[in-house]
Amino acid sequence: MFDLFARVFGRDDASKDVAKERLRLVLVHDRASLSPQALENLKNDLVKVISQYLDIDDQGFRVDFSRDEDAMALVANIPIRKKVNRNSL
Amino acid sequence: MGEAIVITSGKGGVGKTTTTANIGAGLAQAGQKVALIDADIGLRNLDVVMGLENRIVYDLVDVVEGFAKLKTALIKDKRFENLYLLPAAQTRDKTAVSPDQMRDLVGEMKEEFDFVLIDCPAGIEQGFKNAVAGSDKAVVVATPEVSSVRDADRIIGLLEAEEKHDPSLIVNRIRPSMVKKGDMMDINDMIEILAIELLGVVPDDEFIVVSTNRGEPAVMNPQSRAGEAYRNITRRLMGEKVPFLKLEDENQGFIGRLRKMMGIKG
Repeated sequence: MFDLFARVFGRDDASKDVAKERLRLVLVHDRASLSPQALENLKNDLVKVISQYLDIDDQGFRVDFSRDEDAMALVANIPIRKKVNRNSL
Repeated sequence: MGEAIVITSGKGGVGKTTTTANIGAGLAQAGQKVALIDADIGLRNLDVVMGLENRIVYDLVDVVEGFAKLKTALIKDKRFENLYLLPAAQTRDKTAVSPDQMRDLVGEMKEEFDFVLIDCPAGIEQGFKNAVAGSDKAVVVATPEVSSVRDADRIIGLLEAEEKHDPSLIVNRIRPSMVKKGDMMDINDMIEILAIELLGVVPDDEFIVVSTNRGEPAVMNPQSRAGEAYRNITRRLMGEKVPFLKLEDENQGFIGRLRKMMGIKG
C-alpha cells in the first residue's frame, strides 16, 4: 500500500541512491580487507597508544577510509584536549 | 594467433553463460572462427544454453588428461560455419585441472581460432583461477544490484592480482523504466563505482528465457533487444566503435504509465 502512495505522489528517496550509498560503504571495507569490527578495534588501539602521549577526546575521535579515484587513505580525526606531562607516565 | 577472453562475474546467476553463448554465436555470425570453453567443471551449462547437450562425447577434462584429442572433443555448432564448444566435465570437480594445464590448452586453441571464449564459474576459488589462467582479456558481467556490483568489484581486484589488467564491463539485465524512476542504478553509477571501461549494456529481455528454452542464442534473433546488444558487443570486440543502445522506457504511453502507477508488471 505504501508503495502505491509512493508511486502516485512521487518520492524523494530514490532507492538507487540508497543502493549507491550502501555499495560505497561496503566496498570501502572490502577493498581494504577490513571489516567494520576490525576498524573499530583499530580505532580503540589507536586511542590507547595516542592517549599515552596526548590527552585526547575519544568521543570526537573518528577513523575512516577516504577514497579518491584509485588511491585509498585511512583518515583519523583526533581532537586533543591538552598535552600530557611526560614525567607523569 | 587468436585472443582468449574470459567471461567472469564473481556472483552466480548474473548471466555469464548466456553472455558467453551470445558473444560466441555473434562473433561466429560475423565470420570469426570461435571456440567456447565451459570452465565450470561439475556444473556444466554452456552446452544446454547453446543447444548442444546431445552431442557431447568428450569434455575438457578428457582433453587435459589426454584421453581425447582437442579436435575430437570439440563440438561443432552446425548453425554456424566456425563455432565450436569444448564442454565441461560433469562428473568431476574444479581440482581436475590446474591453471597451468588451462594455460597450455588455451594457448593451443588460440593458434587455431580467432577468439577463444572461456565461461568462468561463479566464485573466487580454483575454478576462477583455472578459467582466467590462459586469458588475454577479461570481461566482467554485472547486473545493477548491490550484491552483483560488490562481487564484480572483488573480481576486478582478483583479476588485477592475477595480472589480468584492464577488464571491461557488461551491464546485464538493465530495466530502463526502473532506471528512469530512480529505482535502479544506471550505467554511469556502476562505471563510476567500479572504475572500469564499459563494453556493453544488455537490457532485461524476456526473449532470453525463450532462447534458453530453445537452446538458440538470442543474438540469432533480429527482433530481440538483448540480441541487438550482444551484436553490438561482438562488433566492439572486433575493434569497431559502436554507440551504446539508447535504452528507452518499454512502458511508454498512458496505459503503460497507468499500469506502472498501479504496480502492475508486464
